[in-house]
Amino acid sequence: MIGYYAATAISSLRRSKTLAALMILVIGLGIGASMTMITIFHVLSEDPLPGRSDQLFAPVIDPRPLARDRSEPGEPDGNFTWPDAMNLLHAARADRQAAMAGGAVPVRPAQGGGLPFYETGHYVTADFFAMFSVPFAAGSGWRKEDDQAHARVVVLNSDLSRKLFGSEPAMGRTVRLKNIDFRVIGVVDHWNPQPQFYAQINGRVYGKPDQFFLPLQTAQDLALDFNGRFSCWDGGGDARTSDHCVWLQFWVQLDTAAKANTYRSYLASYWHDQQAHGRMQRPVRAELYGLVDWLARQHAIPDDLRLQLSLSLGFLAVCMLNVVGLLLATFLRRGGEISVRRALGARRWDIFLQLGVEASVIGLAGGLLGLGIAFVGLWSVRQRPDGYAQLAQMDARMLLGTIALALVASVVAGLLPAWRACRIPPALQLKTQ
Amino acid sequence: MSHSPLIASLMRHKLTVGLLVTQVALTCAIVCNVASIIGHRLAQMQLPSGVAENELVLIESISVDESTNALARHDVDLAALRNIPGVVSAAAVDSVPFSGNNWSNGVSLLPNGPALTTATAYSGTQDEMRTLGMHLVAGRPFLPEEYIPLDAKHDWAGINHVPSTIITQSLAAKLFPGGNALGNVIYPGDGPIRIVGVVDHLLRPTLDESEASGYATLFPMLPDTANITYVMRTAPRERERVLADAQRVLAQLDGNRVLRKPQTFTQLRDDYFRRDRTMISLLLAAALGLLLVTAAGITGLASFWVQQRRRSIGIRRAVGATRRDILRYFQTENFVIVGAGVMLGVVLAYGLNVFLMEHYALQRLPWFYVPVGAVALWMLGQGAVLGPALRASGVPPVVATRG
Repeated sequence: MIGYYAATAISSLRRSKTLAALMILVIGLGIGASMTMITIFHVLSEDPLPGRSDQLFAPVIDPRPLARDRSEPGEPDGNFTWPDAMNLLHAARADRQAAMAGGAVPVRPAQGGGLPFYETGHYVTADFFAMFSVPFAAGSGWRKEDDQAHARVVVLNSDLSRKLFGSEPAMGRTVRLKNIDFRVIGVVDHWNPQPQFYAQINGRVYGKPDQFFLPLQTAQDLALDFNGRFSCWDGGGDARTSDHCVWLQFWVQLDTAAKANTYRSYLASYWHDQQAHGRMQRPVRAELYGLVDWLARQHAIPDDLRLQLSLSLGFLAVCMLNVVGLLLATFLRRGGEISVRRALGARRWDIFLQLGVEASVIGLAGGLLGLGIAFVGLWSVRQRPDGYAQLAQMDARMLLGTIALALVASVVAGLLPAWRACRIPPALQLKTQ
Repeated sequence: MSHSPLIASLMRHKLTVGLLVTQVALTCAIVCNVASIIGHRLAQMQLPSGVAENELVLIESISVDESTNALARHDVDLAALRNIPGVVSAAAVDSVPFSGNNWSNGVSLLPNGPALTTATAYSGTQDEMRTLGMHLVAGRPFLPEEYIPLDAKHDWAGINHVPSTIITQSLAAKLFPGGNALGNVIYPGDGPIRIVGVVDHLLRPTLDESEASGYATLFPMLPDTANITYVMRTAPRERERVLADAQRVLAQLDGNRVLRKPQTFTQLRDDYFRRDRTMISLLLAAALGLLLVTAAGITGLASFWVQQRRRSIGIRRAVGATRRDILRYFQTENFVIVGAGVMLGVVLAYGLNVFLMEHYALQRLPWFYVPVGAVALWMLGQGAVLGPALRASGVPPVVATRG
C-alpha cells in the first residue's frame, strides 16, 4: 500500500510542480543551513581527550585584590601567578599536576646559513606528558628532577623535527632556540588535540599544534618570551615571578570523584592560608572544573559560532512553519479528491497515511537537497582561514543525522496538515462539487 | 469596505492564518535582531583608527641575539629604512591599532588611587606620531629630552618614570569630563605623568565595547624589547615595493633575526575584521533567506486562497464588486495577517534581544530597527500578495454561474 501511496504522492507532486519545488527548496535551505552549523558545533565541542577528560581538572583560585576598575571581567580566567602555581605544583596533592604557559621563540635551523624562523609551543612541567597521554614517536618527556635542575631539554613536535632534521632521528641532537642550545629528548607523534584545551582560551585555541615543549622553569630562568594574557594589579618586583601577575595555566589529574572533592577542599584551605598572609582578599570560592566544563565556561567555541547556530535553527523553524502552511494549502486544495475517496470508503487512516507519505517524499527530497547544501556550506567554511575551519568535516554520524533531521522535520511538518486534511467530511464536499 | 466579513473569513482558516502569523512574527524578530547586529559590526568596522592607514607599511622584527643593544639596533635599522626611496618617515613602535598586541594600564588620577578605566599604552621612537600621521588637537608633541627607554627587562619600568603623555580625546573626556585634560596629571604607573597633548583618535590594538576602544595613551618611551614593529610611511602606490625593499634591507643588516608579518596597514585592518566580514555576510544571507522564504509562503498561501475562493470572487464580481475591490480585499487581508505577525514579532524581537544580550553580550536593540523591520515586512507582504491578488481580480463574474 505504501508503494501505491508513494506513487500517488509523486504523481500529485507532478501536478503542482512549482509548489512542490518550492517546498523542497525551503526544506533544503533550512536543513542545509542548520546542518552546516550543527556539524561545525558537533566537531568543535567534541572531547579533545576522550577517555581521559573526566580525570582532568582546571583549579581556579582568584588572587586578584578586592576592588579594581569596572572594565575587569567578573569571573577569574583561571590563570595563576608564578608563586601559586609553584606552591600547588610542589605540594603535589593531586595524582598528577602541571603548570604551563604558551611560548614563542625564534628557531635556528640545524644546517647553518638558513634564516631563523618563529615557532610557538608550550613551556610545561614534567607531569604534562603523562597527564595528557601525549604520544611519543621517539624518546619521552623529562623527569621532575629536570624541572628542578632547569635542564635545557626540549620535546619537539614531529613537524618541527622534520623541518629541522628531515628524516634523520632528532633524538639527542641540539636545537638552537633563540640563542640557547637545547637537547632533544623526545619527539611527539602528531599530537593535536582540538581545541588546545590546556592553553589560555582565546581566538587561537583551535588550530596549529604546539611545535615544541620546554621545561617551564628553564624558560623562566632564561626569560624566554611567553605568549598570551599577562595581567598585573600591582607594580614592583619581577612581574613574571611576582605574586601580583597572573599568566600561568595549571592542570591537575584526579582519578576519582572523592579525590576531586579532597583536592577542592585543599584548594580552599590553600586560599585561606594565603589570606592569612594578607593575599587574595576575595571571598574563598575554590573551584575545580572538569575539562569539558572548563571549555564551555571559557567559551572555547567562539560566541559568533553560537550565534550562527541559533540563527540557523531559527531559520529552520521558519522554513518548517512555511512548509506546514504550504502543505496544508496543497492538501486542503485537494479537498474534493479526498472527500470523493472518503465517500468511496477510504478510512481517515488511509487518507492520513497517503498524505503522510506525500509529506515524507517532499521531506526526503528536501533532506537530500539539504545534505548537498550542507556539504557546500562545510566546504565554504573550510575555505575560511580561521583555526577551526579545517575541522569542519561531515562524518557518518552527522550524515545520518542530516537525513534523520530532514525526515523528522518534514514528517512533523506533514502530520498536522495530513491530520487536518483527513478530517474533511465526505458528504459536505460532495455536495459542493 | 467593512472589515468584519474579512475577519470572519480569516477566522475560518485559523490554522493556516495562525501558521502564517507565527512565521511572520519569527521572521520579524530574527530579522530585526540580525539587522541590529550587522549595524553594530559595520559601525565597529568603520571606526577611525587615527592613523594614516593608506600610507603605512609594517614589518615585525624579532631579534635572536639579546646581547646587542636594542636601542642602538633600532637606530641603525631606522636609518637604513629611511634611506629606502619613497619612505617619508619611519619609526619603531611596540604596537599599532588592530595589531592585537595590547599593553593596557589602569589609569588613576591619584598616586595608588583606584583606576578610573584602563587605557592602552603605545610607545615608539621619536618619529612615531609623524609616521603614523596622528592629529594633535591640543597641546604639543613630545620633546626629544622627554624620551626614556621602555625598560622591558625590568617589567616595562619606564612607565613609572616617563614625564609626559599624549592621550586620545575620548580618554580625556572619560578622565576629565567637561574639563580640560591638558596639563593635568595621571597615574598609569607609579609616578605622575603630565598630559602634554591630545590626539583626535587612536584605536586600541584590540577592540571591545565601542566606548573604550578609543582609550589610548602615547608615551615618549623607546621600545627596547627583542620584538619590535617597524612602521614606514610612504605614498599609497609605493607600499608594496617599499615593503619588499624593507625586508631585504633589514635582512641584509642583520640576518640574526626573524622578520614577520610584512604587511600594509590596510591588510592589517582587513585581517582584523575578517571574521566580522564573514559574520556580516552570513547574517545578511540568513536575513535575506528568511525574508524570501516568508515571501514565498505568503505567495503560496495567497494563491491557494484565491483558487479556493474563485467562485465566491465570481459571485462578488457578479453582484457589482469592481476588480479594484477584489484586489483591495486581498491586499487588506494580507495587511491584517502580516500586521498581526508584526505585532507579535515586535514582542518577540525584544524578547530575543534580551536573550541575546544575556548569552552573547550583544548590545540593546536600537528602537528604530523595529519600525523599519515592521514596515519592511508589511511591504514584503504586499509585494508577495500582489501576484495572487491580481489574479483574483482577473476572475470574471461569469465564474459565479459555473460549477
